[in-house]
Amino acid sequence: MNKPFHKRHRETSATPSALCGETREFRLNPAQLCVYFLLLFFPVLCLPSFSYAADVSLHGFFQGNYSLGTRSNPDGGDFKWAEERVQLKLDANKEPFRLFLKTDAFYDHIDRKADMELREGYIDSTASKWDIRAGRQVITWGVGDLIFINDVFPKDYEAFFSGRPMEYLKKGVDGLKIGAYPEFASFEFIAIPIFEPNNYPDSKRFYMFDPMPNVTNREEKDPASNFENTEFAARAYRDIAGSDASIYFYRGFYRKPYMIPDDLNNTTKITFHYPKLSVYGASLQGRALDGVVSFETGHYDSRQDRKGEDYTVPNSQTKALIGYQRQLWEDFTIGVQYFTEYMHNYSEYKRAQPGGLPKDRKIGQLVTVRLTQMLMHQTLKLSLVSFYSTSEGDYLINPEIKYNFSDHIWAAIGSNIFGGGEKWSQFGQLAKNDNVYAQIRYEF
Amino acid sequence: MKRFLIIAIAVIVSFALFGSAFAATADEIMKKSQAAFLYQGKDFKARVMMKLVSKGGQERIREMTMLRKNFGEIGGNQKYFMYFFQPADVKDMTFMVYKYPAKDDDRWLFIPAINMVRRIAAQDKRSSFVGSDFTYEDVSGRDIEDDMHSLMKEEKFGGKDSYVIKSTPKAADVDYSYKLSWIDKANNLPLKEEYYDKRGELYKVFSADEIKDVKGFPTITKRSMKNLQSGHTTEVSYSKTDYNIGIDDSLFSERFLKQPPKKWIE
Repeated sequence: MNKPFHKRHRETSATPSALCGETREFRLNPAQLCVYFLLLFFPVLCLPSFSYAADVSLHGFFQGNYSLGTRSNPDGGDFKWAEERVQLKLDANKEPFRLFLKTDAFYDHIDRKADMELREGYIDSTASKWDIRAGRQVITWGVGDLIFINDVFPKDYEAFFSGRPMEYLKKGVDGLKIGAYPEFASFEFIAIPIFEPNNYPDSKRFYMFDPMPNVTNREEKDPASNFENTEFAARAYRDIAGSDASIYFYRGFYRKPYMIPDDLNNTTKITFHYPKLSVYGASLQGRALDGVVSFETGHYDSRQDRKGEDYTVPNSQTKALIGYQRQLWEDFTIGVQYFTEYMHNYSEYKRAQPGGLPKDRKIGQLVTVRLTQMLMHQTLKLSLVSFYSTSEGDYLINPEIKYNFSDHIWAAIGSNIFGGGEKWSQFGQLAKNDNVYAQIRYEF
Repeated sequence: MKRFLIIAIAVIVSFALFGSAFAATADEIMKKSQAAFLYQGKDFKARVMMKLVSKGGQERIREMTMLRKNFGEIGGNQKYFMYFFQPADVKDMTFMVYKYPAKDDDRWLFIPAINMVRRIAAQDKRSSFVGSDFTYEDVSGRDIEDDMHSLMKEEKFGGKDSYVIKSTPKAADVDYSYKLSWIDKANNLPLKEEYYDKRGELYKVFSADEIKDVKGFPTITKRSMKNLQSGHTTEVSYSKTDYNIGIDDSLFSERFLKQPPKKWIE
């Protein structure tokens, strides 16, 4: 989970929307929604003629998703999440091209608004030794299970902590991906011209640590979209002695906002920024010890503050995880992971860190356990996902039951339980946000 | 002396040849059956429709395209590539298996909603395949050496001359204590299998319900597995079945798990 909240610089209450990267959301009234849907369905209405030329499919779902806090939210509400949602996936193929659109429209009962979002939308072009994907796309890298080292792409932690289906943890990026497949290895090259930050919980719905709650004048500064700020990522991968090996490179920005107070002694305004970052990493995953063993490491080069003397920019770090997954009996799998991160130039960090702000540890450690039991011909799934930081003492426990009533309808209920640690630590600060959630989906 | 040696060798060789021809041992029958059932052609493709029927009659569908390619000799390594059409919540998922005799498979699953390929732990080949009554071994084959085979009798089954083979697992932790197989003498395909549990009671029955000739290869195109204890049944039918279609080695890769080529999965 790679520290969704930073301990020094806290996402705060006054301008949650500025932090949530809502650049892609726009509000619609019901009439506009209808028009939008007509537009969306237009290709479908044209199917009879279009289908001569291409192979087209339309799928999607209707979903209800509700999450009830065990105590009232900061703004007095009871629900962390309450919405109905429809998703349409349009897939059109005509060799060597493919068009894919995944669009969601939803009604949010908490904010009483109808919204929509383009989750994914891209065109593929495929040749024998290379391919290109252009548009909004989800990219997932690395071998961690909910621990992200080389997966530097945007996440939605609000979705994760609110009990939304797991796919909503990942956000798409607007960019270009080129795949190249020579004999000796495979490659992915990615360029992202438009910066997309992580999304963190809304401070009206979630209690979170804020080191300066009285400062309400807040501003967020995204990196400008220009050539110099275009993010680049590359991955090379191949089989090595029966294991899957990858090396990774990324040059771009932290996706978590870091704060710059205008004046430490008398702060009247906080500006949030996304410092420059490069990541160099590697991973290996293979069959060993009667299970699957995973290893991943990455060096975070904080390019704006390599010496570690600027408290508004994080220090460089080296991160690593080791994981083991094993099937103990039929349809029961256990996965354990150990994650550690090491901060470079720690003495400079300690010296530079202002007195009133909590300090990170030099070495952070996290253990995760995932248990999964499938029952009744794999239609009933019991799972337990837990995180425990051995350095901070905080935790997140997520039990869930999911049942497929039929081939089209499934429902899940679960809960997120946070606690331990300090009031500013990753999960500890969420201690008052325990919630019970339900997801029900009709898929077609 | 030289002539004597030549005669001696000729006699030994002919004995060896005739000997094996006469004594069609249970192991050899099972090897031939495995070759006919799971290794025919250089490669193979089918659209697989699985119908899972509960005791109460509720049906669930698992529909996929299955592609298989042999690497090495009969009974050796194979790679499988599967693309799921149904049910809706697994549509567009792909699943890949590198199967090795005498050691654990490598398995990968692609989850399209988060565009992620993940290795999955695969220690138990006796686990259910996609929740059906078939196990992974039923789909991709069980090592001949994992069981002791003996020829019980020869009899007519469904009008076909067949061998009846008893296979007893060498390992103790297998879900059945022994299995009886009716193997068609003409084409070596299994016509029926009966699985007996630890108490010696019949609990699972496999039956080949339709056999068709595809490119000269007799192929079981309809089969079922019935669990007599739970009352659950899985019926499987193959369509678009084909052999030797020239599947490239590169199909079995992360690249194509993420973007399965239409020409192979349709």
